[in-house]
Amino acid sequence: MRMRTLLFILLMAAMAVSGFGQMPIFKRYYVADLPGMAWTADYYFTHAMHYVGAAILLALLGYAAARLAPVAGRITLSGWLRIVLWATIVATGLLRVLKNLPDMHLGPELTLVVDITHLGAVMALGMTALAVRLVGKSAYVKISRET
Amino acid sequence: MPKNTSTISRRSFLRGAAIVGAGALAAAPAVSRAGGQSESGEELATLLDLSKCIGCGACVMACREANAERYPEPTKPFPEMFPARVKAEDWSDKRGVDDRLTPYNWLFVDHITVNHGGEEHEIHMPRRCMHCTNPPCANLCPWGAAAKQDNGAVTIAPDICLGGSKCKDVCPWDIPQRQTGVGLYLDLLPRFAGNGVMYKCDRCQPRMAEGKLPACIEACPMDVQEIGPRSEIIAKAEALVRETGGYIYGIEENGGTNTVYVSPVPFEALEAARDKGKDAKGHGKGSQAQQQNQAGRPHLQPVGSPFENENMFAAAVFTAPLAGLAAGALKLFRKARANHEEES
Ligand code: SF4
Ligand code: SF4
Ligand code: SF4
Repeated sequence: MRMRTLLFILLMAAMAVSGFGQMPIFKRYYVADLPGMAWTADYYFTHAMHYVGAAILLALLGYAAARLAPVAGRITLSGWLRIVLWATIVATGLLRVLKNLPDMHLGPELTLVVDITHLGAVMALGMTALAVRLVGKSAYVKISRET
Repeated sequence: MPKNTSTISRRSFLRGAAIVGAGALAAAPAVSRAGGQSESGEELATLLDLSKCIGCGACVMACREANAERYPEPTKPFPEMFPARVKAEDWSDKRGVDDRLTPYNWLFVDHITVNHGGEEHEIHMPRRCMHCTNPPCANLCPWGAAAKQDNGAVTIAPDICLGGSKCKDVCPWDIPQRQTGVGLYLDLLPRFAGNGVMYKCDRCQPRMAEGKLPACIEACPMDVQEIGPRSEIIAKAEALVRETGGYIYGIEENGGTNTVYVSPVPFEALEAARDKGKDAKGHGKGSQAQQQNQAGRPHLQPVGSPFENENMFAAAVFTAPLAGLAAGALKLFRKARANHEEES
């Protein structure tokens, strides 16, 4: 496995753990009792961790977006599906960060929609990524002869 | 720790506005008739002048009466929960408890005897949710069940809350209280996720929507509390402190709250006496007994701003995608130029 891929998988794992850690499950299900895992039940820690991971991930996604833009015409169907899900995750994530700033205020209804959409899109992306890998169609761009 | 500049600028702005506008604002009605919103659209805050409180408990009674129909009516027996370490929290047979916060008691009066300046003071302190201006309970609620309303009140929607108690864990005062056997979790996976609904003071949202005052404010014979736009309340609190030489709790705590206490005795002294008082009542020593005994009775310690790290990282979160885009574009540009040079 390439170093780059490994780092990306680690980053995604960190985002998944810190994200799901926002739900009160790691303590209930003994994860936080495992040696060295107490931090998974520290909401403030996992919350800050999700922010730091998000900053790294967003930089990578920005980079990927710039690289994909010139070949937009050759993006595969499953590629577009995943791009839409990524965009949803990013948009809802940014809204949530915005909402948490001290002077910002989104209404409660919008907050609820943002939260559920973020979680839903993450699950959908996870399942899509797994599915395309299983059927061997994980390429974002159709391979063309010139490149 | 890095300072949270936006909070500071907002706060100093409020303070400035408060001082300039104190006179003018005093004339305006504190609460407009519609939806409990201040006329300026500003968040509402409450001021509690503890020197006036006689500890009669009329506010507690009024709260219980006004909100009784919103109290939980759990279905029993509770669904068995997995894993077994997850315990039910049941207050439905202890509805009468009124000396601490419970799902059936959103306000209680803490009676504290304290020596200060060579005098013994009997301080009565009504305690309930502080309605933080940047509330961790709402910011960290994974479902958006806990939320801050436009009028500054922090509420928990009983039909959305799953009772995971995260709001209580992240609240520096452990305010929200859980009742098992009610709410949405019963319709989902009652054995495996959720454990009821969290309850706390929501500053009487139903009453305020009808243009009424919160029940506890209306019922108080001593006019201990008042409610108004935050800047006005802060100005009043500061004026009261100047006048009486009192002390303030709530303006800065937890990054700012919409509940401001003014006391004739320093809050550190009240906290120390509160702690000792509980111990002296013979509830047993030792940290567990002590903790048990303090449960549902919010402390009075200083509380720093909870989101300083996040506020700092937020800037990185917003600039990161742009930086990534720029780096990607630069790479493309370099590649294009290299191709061009190769061709020519
Ligand atoms: S706040 Fe008012 S009603 Fe409540 S205990 Fe004090 S004096 Fe009585
Ligand atoms: S006091 Fe606790 S429950 Fe109330 S708004 Fe603040 S964090 Fe939330
Ligand atoms: S504002 Fe309403 S809910 Fe809150 S303590 Fe007062 S009476 Fe109770």
